Amino acid sequence: MSEQLIYDLGSPGRCGVLLPDCDVPQEAIPAELLRADLDLPEVGELQVIRHFTRLSSLNYSIDKGFYPLGSCTMKYNPKLNEDTARMPGFAQLHPLTDGAGSQGALALMYQLQEWLAEISGFKAVSLAPAAGAQGEFAGILMIRKYHVDRGDNKRTKILIPNSAHGTNPATVTMAGFTAVELPSDENGDVDLAALRAACDDTVAGMMITVPNTLGLFESHILEVVKAVHECGGLMYMDGANMNALMGVVKPGELGFDVMHYNLHKTFSTPHGGGGPGSGPVGVNEKLVPYLPGPVAQIIEAAEEADDAPLYGLVMPEKSIGRLKAFHGNFGMHVRAYTYIRANGDEGIRGISRHAALNANYVRVRLQDTYKIPYNRYCGHEFVLEGHFEGVENVHALDISKRLMDYGFHPPTNYFPLIVPEALMIEPTETEDKATLDGFIDAMKKIAAEAHENPDLLRSAPHTAPVSRLDEVRAAKQLVLCCRPIPEWAG
Amino acid sequence: MSNLKTPSDLKYTKNDEWLRIEGDTGTIGISDYAQDQLNDIVYVEFPDVGATFKVGESFGVVESVKAASDIYVPVGGTVIEVNSALEDEPELINTDPYGAGWLIKIRLSDAAEANALMDAAAYTEYCNSRS
Amino acid sequence: MSYMPHTDLERQQMLAAIGVTTIEDLFEAVPSTHRFPRLNLPKPMSEMEIVAELAALSDANEHAGDFASFRGAGAYHHFIPAAISHIVLRGEFLTAYTPYQPEVSQGTLQAIFEYQSMMCALTGMDAANASHYDGATSLAEAVTVALDVARGKRNKIILSHGINPQYRAVLRTYHQGRDLKIVGDSGRADIADLIEMLDEHTAMVAVQYPNFFGQIDDFALLAERVHQAGALLVIVTNPITLGLLKPPGELGADIVVGEGQPLGIPLSFGGPYLGFFACRTEYVRKIAGRIVGETLDQDGKRAFVMTLRPREQDIRRDKASSNICTNQGLMSLTAAVYLSLMGKHGLRKVAELCYHKAHYAAKQISALPGFSVDTSKPFFNEFVIKCPRPVAALNDILIEKGIMGGYDLGQDYAHLKDHMLLCVTEMNSKAEIDALVEGLKEATI
Repeated sequence: MSEQLIYDLGSPGRCGVLLPDCDVPQEAIPAELLRADLDLPEVGELQVIRHFTRLSSLNYSIDKGFYPLGSCTMKYNPKLNEDTARMPGFAQLHPLTDGAGSQGALALMYQLQEWLAEISGFKAVSLAPAAGAQGEFAGILMIRKYHVDRGDNKRTKILIPNSAHGTNPATVTMAGFTAVELPSDENGDVDLAALRAACDDTVAGMMITVPNTLGLFESHILEVVKAVHECGGLMYMDGANMNALMGVVKPGELGFDVMHYNLHKTFSTPHGGGGPGSGPVGVNEKLVPYLPGPVAQIIEAAEEADDAPLYGLVMPEKSIGRLKAFHGNFGMHVRAYTYIRANGDEGIRGISRHAALNANYVRVRLQDTYKIPYNRYCGHEFVLEGHFEGVENVHALDISKRLMDYGFHPPTNYFPLIVPEALMIEPTETEDKATLDGFIDAMKKIAAEAHENPDLLRSAPHTAPVSRLDEVRAAKQLVLCCRPIPEWAG
Repeated sequence: MSNLKTPSDLKYTKNDEWLRIEGDTGTIGISDYAQDQLNDIVYVEFPDVGATFKVGESFGVVESVKAASDIYVPVGGTVIEVNSALEDEPELINTDPYGAGWLIKIRLSDAAEANALMDAAAYTEYCNSRS
Repeated sequence: MSYMPHTDLERQQMLAAIGVTTIEDLFEAVPSTHRFPRLNLPKPMSEMEIVAELAALSDANEHAGDFASFRGAGAYHHFIPAAISHIVLRGEFLTAYTPYQPEVSQGTLQAIFEYQSMMCALTGMDAANASHYDGATSLAEAVTVALDVARGKRNKIILSHGINPQYRAVLRTYHQGRDLKIVGDSGRADIADLIEMLDEHTAMVAVQYPNFFGQIDDFALLAERVHQAGALLVIVTNPITLGLLKPPGELGADIVVGEGQPLGIPLSFGGPYLGFFACRTEYVRKIAGRIVGETLDQDGKRAFVMTLRPREQDIRRDKASSNICTNQGLMSLTAAVYLSLMGKHGLRKVAELCYHKAHYAAKQISALPGFSVDTSKPFFNEFVIKCPRPVAALNDILIEKGIMGGYDLGQDYAHLKDHMLLCVTEMNSKAEIDALVEGLKEATI
């Protein structure tokens, strides 16, 4: 039985909230300004609660089970984070509060910037970007402005390996550059010869994900950085996979000029069914003046050692500008701050080590059952091929759907594009061995089923709230709204 | 590839468009191979009638559930008609790519440009080399 | 560490299975010169200590729970019903990923579909997406749509100076890599002046309703002329006002964008918020961001799925119109729950309370010596007052009385020095308004 639409649950005249009477004299409202009707639901509070509770039960979530979704870092989201973000001095703080009235929030932002800079080995961090993709955009705009300010206007290209996330080339286009795709070599690394051939004075920079989307550390990352720097380009690191690097290596020390974080991946802020994210950017010395703003800074040092300094929000001198209204997704900053505090130095170091331990354990345990291209030590994730020799018409997607019947969320499908029938598996550090063993058993059973009864996979899922959907119908009919179009819209 | 059609009276591009020349009019569509790769086509974005394109310029997009593919004019010209039947039935491209699934008609600016295109035999070989 | 469950025994078993002695052996591909750097971070802290530290930081802020707040200017203090956080905090919503696997994501998908439907109803548009980062980035994305609709043949964007200054700044950040002419907002151009700027190069005209000063402009002639010129009309709006006022769709908007924060989302020092984006059907294939559509499953059961996916960055890569790959999922859920609870009658009541209280406040202040209220146009719940003293000085005095005064417009508009933008919502009681009026009066004696 489907859950009805909220609109179908109402009765004329009902309202879920009792509002106070008006306690001031009422002013006549000019009739020509008023709308004729307001087509919103008419439901009570209990109906709302039941409707959304029933909807929630149709979702899979980290709180329900294992979510090995490659490149998404679906780790446990500590409950404490939610409590701290809802403290009244944070949740009810107006973004245009004067500096003196927001010292607690600014101190938190400043400290988070410092910690993120320390973890990544960068000179400075801005928390302004609202999501990872916006962090990428900020990074490429900084590279653009850096070249333009030096009068170097012929640099129009950004190099991107063919294993990159789709956001990278999309970002490059948004910033007004052209994306140039580089091939990967037989080890899954960037093809160094192709890179060197592409490096000239029209290259503004390169975007690269470390570890790459195969979960592998680029074997010759220092050569890659050197080649791009020698032709005058800057190096952008896509920090989507920072969960593999904390305490392992600092991108700033490898020579990267700029990178973004995904707080909703590495620093445990909830994914929320699609967002919000938060994508701080870190930069080395030469890009500091270009950071998106505003950033939190100490504007007056403390007089006594025990006193707090005075913090303020400052727009960097040559900033690429504002990326959103106000100062980033502050609620996410509180969560990430809480998470770093809880982990401390020891915990932050442990995260990437245990993420790699879990990923390598699952990889080794599945390597006899599934083909794993580029089968070497991986970082926080690895990619296997979701098809079987001698079994026709069973695809990665079918394995994914069948995993739902075993109570697991599927891995990422069909990415990276350079692996056929890719299934990208990222267990994260927060899963215990028993959970991983359960997943490994399910993957092995599904492989056996593929040979014995492949229709079981092709028709999966069998136990999910709905079966596979007619996506062609959705795209052709385009029912995007359940309300009739008003008359005046014709 | 074996059961996909490649009519011999048409010219083909590396981007999988086909061109039929009748007098100074060219009809353009996408090949059987292309529709098979894209799978269920759900939408076509057309140019305005009267718009002029140089050889190789993008004139629209063909969209399936999984992909969106830019489409390019095989030869230069001015758009004189678009296949508005596809607005309601984009699946015609899947069922009849060389007939009812045609995309646009153009007035050729230089018919000689068509000499650079592949014939059916060359295009078949090109498709085989990719599968 | 409490978030990593491994025991020593399990670690040993796993390392043995992999065939290495230590976890560190797994990182041999990282250049040895840079491997395992020192991390200068504090020691781990217990939950008790963290709560104490953050409570102290939280308490150091002057927030709307402790002060009578009259500050708006893009972020608004409205009533948030208790039911909202109980829904939003459910792990099934909070800890789910983007609904790429629709069979196990129908909760998120249907909630987004309902959000889209309610935003269409509010704005009077045919379609809405699953949201952008905030109102400012929604406006920036509207530019991309307008350029695409014009097939790259128009490059002029006309902006009203009545649009939130931060939104205009963000729009410029977004499009700095493109060759655009962005005009209209450098001086004090009114709607008639914007009409004069229209030409065949104009891709889009954007205005705000009510504008940044809280005023309601007449867009009838503008809409007619914009469409005659073949451009798009984009209206930036505040969703609470739409509980009462005519929807932008009725005013001739092609695209409606704005900040959804007033719909049950906490102020949270500026984010995360909710950028809503709605448009007419003909533009729906050009818009960025996620969109959920209705369909059927294999058994003929109604279900929901993300649709028009090929426009997005993961498929279209360098040809995608935007790199966006999140939506403000939890925030759109919040708005859907808020709009369900308030509904047809509640949202209108909230809007009426805002209107009446703001007009009461304006009337009282206009009677104060030295102050004047701009009543040249109708306003909703924000209005501009001219003050006899600098706004910052007045606010310093008000804060001592437990009142957070209005926004200092002189920061953004040279001609509005000593002008304060005041915001009154249903949260402000008559007593608070009277205290504000009294406070302003005393501050000038």
